[in-house]
Amino acid sequence: MSKRIEVNDLNVYYGDFLAVEGVNINIEPRTVTAFIGPSGCGKSTFLRTLNRMHEVIPGAYVKGEVMIDGNDLYGPGVDPVLVRRQVGMVFQRANPFPTMSIRDNVLAGVRLNNKRLSKSDGDDLVEKSLKGANLWEEVKDRLNLPGSGLSGGQQQRLCIARAIAVSPDVLLMDEPCSALDPISTLAIEDLIEELKQEYTIVIVTHNMQQASRVSDKTAFFNIAGTGKPGKLIEFDETTTIFSNPTVQATEDYVSGRFG
Amino acid sequence: MSATISPSRQPSGRIANSLTSGQLPRFIEWYMLAGSLALSAVILLLMGFNVAGWLVLAAVIYLIGLGILSSAVENRRKATDRVVRGLVTVAFLLALAPLISTLITVVANGIGSINWDFVTQTSQSVFDPDTLEVTTKVGAWQAIVGTLIITGIAALISIPIGILTSIYLVEYAQPKHWMARTVTFLVDVMTGIPSIVAGLFAFSLFSLIVGPKAFSGFSASIALSVLMIPIVVRSCEEMLRLVPMDLREASYALGVSKFSTITKIVLPTAIAGIVTGVMLAIARVIGETAPIFMAASFTDNFNANPFDGPMQTLPVMAYTGYKFPGQDIAASNASAWGAALLLVILVVILNLIARVVAKVFAPKGSR
Repeated sequence: MSKRIEVNDLNVYYGDFLAVEGVNINIEPRTVTAFIGPSGCGKSTFLRTLNRMHEVIPGAYVKGEVMIDGNDLYGPGVDPVLVRRQVGMVFQRANPFPTMSIRDNVLAGVRLNNKRLSKSDGDDLVEKSLKGANLWEEVKDRLNLPGSGLSGGQQQRLCIARAIAVSPDVLLMDEPCSALDPISTLAIEDLIEELKQEYTIVIVTHNMQQASRVSDKTAFFNIAGTGKPGKLIEFDETTTIFSNPTVQATEDYVSGRFG
Repeated sequence: MSATISPSRQPSGRIANSLTSGQLPRFIEWYMLAGSLALSAVILLLMGFNVAGWLVLAAVIYLIGLGILSSAVENRRKATDRVVRGLVTVAFLLALAPLISTLITVVANGIGSINWDFVTQTSQSVFDPDTLEVTTKVGAWQAIVGTLIITGIAALISIPIGILTSIYLVEYAQPKHWMARTVTFLVDVMTGIPSIVAGLFAFSLFSLIVGPKAFSGFSASIALSVLMIPIVVRSCEEMLRLVPMDLREASYALGVSKFSTITKIVLPTAIAGIVTGVMLAIARVIGETAPIFMAASFTDNFNANPFDGPMQTLPVMAYTGYKFPGQDIAASNASAWGAALLLVILVVILNLIARVVAKVFAPKGSR
């Protein structure tokens, strides 16, 4: 199910402002790739271009190519809705739908796409997705209660369950643990390790220990100064980035000398 | 073990705590209030008593006295706090006074004329062939029906237009787009339209279409929707903007189309606020008199057809009962008060429904 992502010469603009410049990257299927870098360097912006979520922001557009298994996301006639069904996303703040129960939250992606779902199929999907997100044991007795009643870590795992319920090929995570305590963070990191078997995962994180714990490859983004575009500085095996990076800026960042 | 008890470590005297300061007794505000009411009563009894003067003077004495006392015993900060707290409370009571006074007057004057017959029967004159006397029976049924029909049609027109406009403004229009700015500007202007202008507009519009004497309930509904649409647009727009962007993004990220996101995520999340806003808009226009008076005129006859002929409504009934009384002036006035009370009751019922609906639809959860 998981797919390869190929990005060629991608520039991201907000109106006239060039936010991210000249990104070339190849992300292999069934791997975890971490994006690290200082705030404002365009990691999240670039992540959003991988499922066209940047288009939600008025005036944002890209130039360049993003290929998912050879299909260009930005080719003429591409429907962003179809793109997002293949490339799921988990956000920094857990955002379960407040009007829906836990069960309905998990089924939201399928239901809102106007697919008919029998009761038993729905039950199976809910159980499978919640088990996939390591949440089943905690919520199986209260599936009909509102999702916003869960703890922060549980809500974030609910959002992951919701994202994998539509069975995407790629899962993007934008700082999924930044609002969580260490125990919930550990639960999500374990989950990422398991999800890797089936999905291509890209995760943005500010926590370098987290990047070194969960990811196979790491990409370091940096920005030369305010008003300048963010750039991909280095992309390599995680162990190489953290022990023996080729660029000085990367070494400064991962060793804590700046940023 | 020796039987001696170790001497108490606590010093017998008071220790000076550097964090304490002077404090007035706990219920000083109530004592002060009673005191200033009494003092003001005494002063006014010497000069001639009246209730309003008594309360105003008491409030002034209370604020000044409490300020002086508190700054003497306590400190400046606490004195300011107590005075400002008093001022805010007085402002609140002042705002409440006309409301309560109006309610009491309406209930006191209207309660006498409200009975089952008044609510369920239409006004009619009865000619008694034996005594050759004409007696008028007063009823408000035609006005209740008229009010409900006219307001109902106005709501049917305004609510869809209003909600769709606010969806356009919040979900579809770019914030700086000329179309969005024009719509917002026009809505703002429409909010300020005097209701009599809306009535003139509807009346002249239907005069052009139907010809002279174009009184009808429907044209009154048009006048009311001119007043109602901007209120609905405004309140729904606010409510839709309150829906966090996170939820829309979460929905888009699941591959849900924009239309489904709006109908199944955004609207259900905001529905409680939207219902409240719509109900307030209805309550606002249900009491309009001038535009209905112009467009639907008034009548004592029962007319449930909004497309033909004059139609009576409760506010117009209250107005005409006072302004153009029948032969029995007292009965006309009483029916005016009865109509006013019925209108208030109707608005209260609508508000209660709005609250219940808002509660039922509100997103559940412990947040």
